[in-house]
Amino acid sequence: MRRLLGPLVTVLALVALNIVLPRVTNPYYFQILMLVGINIVLAVSLNLVNGFTGQFSIGHAGFMAVGAYASAMFTLKLGAPLVASWHGVPPPVAEGLALLMALVAGGLLAAGAGWLVGLPSLRLRGDYLAIVTLGFGEIIRVLILNIDAIGAARGLPGIPQYATFFWVYGAVAAVIVLARHLATSTHGRALFAIRDDEVAAESLGVDTTRYKVLAFVLGAFFAGVAGGLFAHFLSYLNPSSFTFIKSIEVIAMVVLGGMGSISGSVIAAIVLTLLPEMLRSVKELRMVIYSLMLIVLMITRPQGLLGTRELSWSGLTRLFRRGAAAKGAA
Amino acid sequence: MSEFLQQLVNGITWGSVYALIALGYTMVYGILRLINFAHGDVYMLGAFFGLFAARALGASEHPSALSALLVLLAAMAGCGLVGIVIERAAYKPVRRSSRLSALITAIGVSLLLENGGILIFGPDPKFFPQIIRSRQIDLGAGVTISNQQILILVVSLALMIALRFIVLKTRVGKAMRAVSHNHTAAALMGISVDQIITFTFMIGSMLAAAAGVLVALQNPKIDPLMGIMPGLKAFVAAVLGGIGNIPGAVIGGLVMGIAEVMVVGYVSPAYRDAIAFVLLIVILLVRPAGLFGKAVAEKV
Repeated sequence: MRRLLGPLVTVLALVALNIVLPRVTNPYYFQILMLVGINIVLAVSLNLVNGFTGQFSIGHAGFMAVGAYASAMFTLKLGAPLVASWHGVPPPVAEGLALLMALVAGGLLAAGAGWLVGLPSLRLRGDYLAIVTLGFGEIIRVLILNIDAIGAARGLPGIPQYATFFWVYGAVAAVIVLARHLATSTHGRALFAIRDDEVAAESLGVDTTRYKVLAFVLGAFFAGVAGGLFAHFLSYLNPSSFTFIKSIEVIAMVVLGGMGSISGSVIAAIVLTLLPEMLRSVKELRMVIYSLMLIVLMITRPQGLLGTRELSWSGLTRLFRRGAAAKGAA
Repeated sequence: MSEFLQQLVNGITWGSVYALIALGYTMVYGILRLINFAHGDVYMLGAFFGLFAARALGASEHPSALSALLVLLAAMAGCGLVGIVIERAAYKPVRRSSRLSALITAIGVSLLLENGGILIFGPDPKFFPQIIRSRQIDLGAGVTISNQQILILVVSLALMIALRFIVLKTRVGKAMRAVSHNHTAAALMGISVDQIITFTFMIGSMLAAAAGVLVALQNPKIDPLMGIMPGLKAFVAAVLGGIGNIPGAVIGGLVMGIAEVMVVGYVSPAYRDAIAFVLLIVILLVRPAGLFGKAVAEKV
């Protein structure tokens, strides 16, 4: 019973917020909130590859694009007609199910792409692997630009807006839970071992190739899911949303948060999504300040905001108690 | 046949520009193991410095070889300075941190140069003045070459020879090679590692500046984001040749330029940006350390 309590509370809270939030916040804040959620999914999924396994991937936008376009096409061709044919099913449920199917389809296709990209990691290491992932991301973008059936350079409009708060933050919860459980499992330990010393891991019997590919597949799956959510939230896709710059943005989140720290990724995703929005008032200076802050942060805290540590309730209360004790002593 | 030869000439010209940029990537990587993402933006700055120098010299009213040379040298000097500042202000403080945080710093510098460029130069393309009057020269067999293309080839060849001379025949070049092998050992031999690293950045940035001016001569529209794609492709060229390897960067750049022009000419201009990466993946699968890279045995 206790095991079910957590998920139950989460789902209920998500449903409640799903109903309340769009009514009380203004559309601009709501959109930022949703983009924060999507970026969290992206950052945590990239953290599985970069932070957990130490494989440097700079093509995450490519996986996101695969998931976005695949799930959008799934909905346009199959999902939307299906929703229309389900009589008597309340629309939020029908649309949610259609979205779920589209997300799984997009995620699986992205995972397939992740498997393809992960395979060269058999032979390539470090920067060479990184540049292959970069190449993959660019190839995907150029392919999309040239496939007329998915809109090419015009973009893909008219995707039904199925992604509600519930689904976006449901995905956030799912990816965080998965990453947490992975980190404490045998498989997670194997990934960490590869990150820390690949040769040592191999000599201890870790199947490094399998685990590296696994990390790529998992990371790509959730990047695909994030792409699907992105598509079903904005209801319009354009290849220019998935450039190299997008991959860089996600890497910045992972590194800023601290490699391998899930809570770090979450916080950094929030900060780096909000920062450009908050700097909107200074217009042209916005991106200059953003890049300067990135440089200064890296110089002053190269290990990221949290390093490899995690933020937890017990850690927080300990911090407060220590603070209180220090105050008492003073 | 004549069309193929024409494409080859264009490809070699374009490839030598990639080679010039790739040299900067490969030298910095050889010494610091850092992918200097801001390098493409230094190339962009080179084109803009050239523009300002040309305006200041009035080179467009009185086109002459001397003023063109002065424009080139001014751009190189400006970018050399920028390279020194970038290295000292941004990269030196993170040299001891993990390579990833150095990389993020490089990305930050790249974004800073791009957006600073938008802020200062304005987002719309600027027109680079014709400091050399364009002329077509017939090479026979239906192949023509413009005098600007010849200039690109001659200048890049001269710069590559100069670089080779510096790296192989001078004391500072010897020090550069020593530092790229081992920082600590080089420092123990009395080499000032910091100075050598700064020097490397300066040289790399000057080469990128030259590439920027040369490209602007041929494609006179320059804008603050023009460095992103060539920068990325030059980096791929450096990896293709085996990153850290100077002749490899030149060959990689040429292969890349020729492949790109051929794809545009014979397949479709739409796949222009993809070919670089397809080529890269294929070559890396066959030779994981690039064409001329040595597979280094891992020490345990």
